[in-house]
Amino acid sequence: MFLSKNVTKGNESVTYSFHYDKTNSAIMFCGQAERVHKPPELTKPGDEMIDMKGVTKKYPNGVTALSSVDVTIKQGEFVYIVGPSGAGKSTFIKLIYREEKPTGGTVTVGGVNIATLKRRSVPALRRKVGVVFQDFKLLPLLTVYENVAFALEVIEEEPAVIRKRVMEVLDLVGLKHKARMLPTELSGGEQQRVAVARSIVNNPKVVIADEPTGNLDPDTSWDIMRLFERINERGTTIVMATHNKDIVNTLRRRVIAIENGRIVRDEQRGDYGYEA
Amino acid sequence: MTFAAVSAVTVTLLLTGIFLAIMLNLNKAGTDIENDVEVRVHIKLDTTEAEKEQLKKQISSLPEVESIAYSSKEQELQNLIKDMGNDYALFEQSNPLYDVYIVKTARPQDTPDVARKIEQFAQTEKAVYGEEEVKNLFSFMKTARNIGAVLVAGLLFTAMFLISNTIKITIFARRKEIEIMKLVGATNWFIRWPFLLEGLWIGLLGSILPIAAIAVGYYYVEQALSAKLAAQLVDFIGYLPLVLPVTALMLVMAVFIGIWGSFLSVRRFLKI
Repeated sequence: MFLSKNVTKGNESVTYSFHYDKTNSAIMFCGQAERVHKPPELTKPGDEMIDMKGVTKKYPNGVTALSSVDVTIKQGEFVYIVGPSGAGKSTFIKLIYREEKPTGGTVTVGGVNIATLKRRSVPALRRKVGVVFQDFKLLPLLTVYENVAFALEVIEEEPAVIRKRVMEVLDLVGLKHKARMLPTELSGGEQQRVAVARSIVNNPKVVIADEPTGNLDPDTSWDIMRLFERINERGTTIVMATHNKDIVNTLRRRVIAIENGRIVRDEQRGDYGYEA
Repeated sequence: MTFAAVSAVTVTLLLTGIFLAIMLNLNKAGTDIENDVEVRVHIKLDTTEAEKEQLKKQISSLPEVESIAYSSKEQELQNLIKDMGNDYALFEQSNPLYDVYIVKTARPQDTPDVARKIEQFAQTEKAVYGEEEVKNLFSFMKTARNIGAVLVAGLLFTAMFLISNTIKITIFARRKEIEIMKLVGATNWFIRWPFLLEGLWIGLLGSILPIAAIAVGYYYVEQALSAKLAAQLVDFIGYLPLVLPVTALMLVMAVFIGIWGSFLSVRRFLKI
């Protein structure tokens, strides 16, 4: 490689260079191959990742889903949100990726206040927050590869970067060999792994999961949990709403219990606390 | 359903195009006639040559008058025969017409005034101009223009509504995709532009038939009718001077209703 120039833009650095290409026996100009994806560094472990102060959410139909919720989740934490159905778990989750706006209080995600976030800034937030759902939310007509690549195409990433990153995360979730398959050709657990791969492909600081194991049998659920653990080990905050007693009681992490829209329990290494 | 939207554009543009062609021609006819309004001064039968000269001077001295021409009653009869046919040749034995001065004013709207003034002169039998015809034509054109504007607006609205609905259905089928796009951080424009492109194509596709129809149709209409109208003071607008602006306008409209229709329908689905 010779004549190289390093250009840093945002959180990525691109090295443009000339190099000798053996297959083509030619000098090639290359920019993308040298691109390095640095993990976002706006927050460090221990910093506040998600902060809710006096959060109230009242839906237009009069239902109060959350009232005066105060909670702080730090960068790198792994948090279970538990509680009976209809207690406000999903609303709690939706506030973090601004599917819903609070009717009172402030929600701060990575230093950004969701309550006052302008609509055109929502995409920027969503790029920092990966989401995983019970029903996977994969596009049925796209292959596994395309589904994961979608999250990068949407943010208009360079094709070469997309290829590299997608194969990396597919390798991480163990589905590299099924990249060309359609979601319908996969088992539920595999589909959820694709969804997890998609949620982390653009290196979000936090991954939000709403009942990610709700549709899976116990064994596959554990596969997914191991995946979340690995993601968490790399420093990504995980917030996961769940009904899975076994998982919460075995893989002990911080547990936040919500009942009737209020936090009734918040314990490090807590247990599920409800009868499954 | 795309077919429905395309045909909606087609019908709208076809009607708009035909209407435009008619309106523009009516307008031209109006201007032609307006520019041709003249006062025909019938000179009293017992007028001498000297008195005719004096009348001519009197008329010419009116400030509004632009030109004045003399036409003897023999010439008038020849014109009449030429226009109305040889039956009128009978009148050659006893010509019932007057010698006339044909007076043109600089501005068409001064015509009535000038006519009234000329009637005061001693040797004037009568000063006539096509007052009623002109007024009728203008009021007819005004009505036609208003009705046409309402029709075109209604048509445009319908076409936009149909396109908007078509795209809504397309989007409804793809709302899951849009939802996921939004979840992974796509900007609204990223999601929107393929749909706008679709709207643009619907518009362009829908404009092919009407543009062709106007381009070919007007060629034949113009050919057939301008021959018949050759002797009249009104004439059709030439082929290119009409077809170029009309088709250009239709194209612009097609693009506009296509894009705007899809813009409206995507908007609903982009609201979070």
